[in-house]
Amino acid sequence: MGRFEKVEKARDLKRPNIYDYINNIFDDFIELKGDRCGGDDSAIIGGIAFLNNQPVTIVGHLKGHDLNSNLKVNFGMGSPSGYRKALRLMQQANKFNRPIISFIDTPGAYPGVESEQKGIGEAIAKCIEDSFNYTVPKISIIIGEGGSGGALGFGVSDQVVMLENAVYSILSPEGFAAILFKDKDGSRKEEAAELMKLTALDLFEQGIIDKIIPEGDLNSNNFVYDKIGNHLTQEIQTLSRLDKKTLLHNRYERFRKY
Amino acid sequence: MEKSFKKQKDKLSIFKNLRQRNRKNKNTREIPEDLFKKCPHCNEIQTSASYKDNVCPNCGFHLPMNAYERMDLIYDGRYKVLFTTKEAPNPLDFPGYGEKIDELKQKTKLDEAVVCSIGHIGKIKCVVCVMDNRFMMGSMGSVVGEKITKAIEFALKKKLPLIIFTTSGGARMQEGIFSLMQMAKVNGALARFKAANLLYVSYITHPTYGGVSASFAPMGDIVIGEPFAMYGFAGRRVIASTIKQKLPDDFQTTKYNMDAGFIDLIVERSKCKQTLGKILAMHQGVRHG
Ligand SMILES: [Zn+2]
Repeated sequence: MGRFEKVEKARDLKRPNIYDYINNIFDDFIELKGDRCGGDDSAIIGGIAFLNNQPVTIVGHLKGHDLNSNLKVNFGMGSPSGYRKALRLMQQANKFNRPIISFIDTPGAYPGVESEQKGIGEAIAKCIEDSFNYTVPKISIIIGEGGSGGALGFGVSDQVVMLENAVYSILSPEGFAAILFKDKDGSRKEEAAELMKLTALDLFEQGIIDKIIPEGDLNSNNFVYDKIGNHLTQEIQTLSRLDKKTLLHNRYERFRKY
Repeated sequence: MEKSFKKQKDKLSIFKNLRQRNRKNKNTREIPEDLFKKCPHCNEIQTSASYKDNVCPNCGFHLPMNAYERMDLIYDGRYKVLFTTKEAPNPLDFPGYGEKIDELKQKTKLDEAVVCSIGHIGKIKCVVCVMDNRFMMGSMGSVVGEKITKAIEFALKKKLPLIIFTTSGGARMQEGIFSLMQMAKVNGALARFKAANLLYVSYITHPTYGGVSASFAPMGDIVIGEPFAMYGFAGRRVIASTIKQKLPDDFQTTKYNMDAGFIDLIVERSKCKQTLGKILAMHQGVRHG
């Protein structure tokens, strides 16, 4: 499969979204809303749930399964309000000693006037910086598209894992081609995707991610949910055994190496 | 010593180029760039000598400053440049990237798009990083991220205040995902630095965009903006094409950002050094005498 085909697969609206993963992996999910600064973003959701018997905090991007639902959630493009909501929930997780699990599925943060006016850069930067302060286990899962700073806002963790057909990149292959190849009609997006090395396997080989989770047939069985559930359970147990200082030290070094 | 010689040499080469150009087009009357300057904001032509610190004497527009000009402006006197490097990674084997970097190194005499340094401002020792957009538009790749991270770690070890002057087109696209990882690396270092209750001043200069505006630029304990500087996450063109409507004229200026709550104060270049001096002094504890 060519790399751009992987991109198309990662963007497929039929893929499970964050709610599908939450409903199939966790129990008793309670969604929590609001940035406490005057808004709530539908493109980023979060809440608390049980993973087996372990309480956890979940945050992540929400994509719809069709055009209508995607219009409601802005195609998973988060606004400052969404990142501030997630930040609030992650800080709360830290306070109550709950591990944090983030699901990444976004083309990038929303580029708009209001985004800029409300400080999208600041909101993402704060999510990144604060992620180095939480003394609870933190795991990121890229389930579809991991695009740019909007993805990285939830991408600083003890472990970053990717589904087999997800992609993760500095920007879309279309954007990359437009900027670097002056490509106006999208004719060089395939070439860009090849050069960008954005598939799970590429990124694993480059040491950007820690594990690839096989998908099986995403829509017809529980294979992927079991895989993710088992992985999270196991890793949270392992990470919970580390003392807080070691946990923070390891997380720092994980990103210091780049 | 070596630096002032280099400056003279640079000027000489500008003059030579100019002369050659004039010889080629005898009919067009060109403005000798080293004697006169045209302001890109008000279009007035003034003598170069009247441009103090690259500020237009007519309208006050702040023209870009390179890293060495900035360090000459703010430091009390001598300073030491830190963490210069010969590294120039090309993780995607991006065609022509290595050659482009070599060419820019020759042309700008910089090793990358940031210069890190240590010196005194108002007699207070501090670590200063200045980005320089002559080098790949100040974009952040592995070398920029590494140098700034080293500077932050160094300031933390020495318990010194940190000032970063930003100017950047964003993440260095040619290095792909490795550029994105720099945002995490630098902010990780900042998290540690701040946990030690040390002062970080972020100083936004024109233009600051993309990855830098979503990592260390907005994270200062104090965020200063330079007048007329553009500061934002997404570029004007990207936003205009998304929303398909005209953007406000002052959109993404430092003034706009200050009104929106993301910049503490806007400081004219003539007050840059003295303002930094006061802020540093107020973070040293009680003033004596
Ligand atoms: Zn002017």
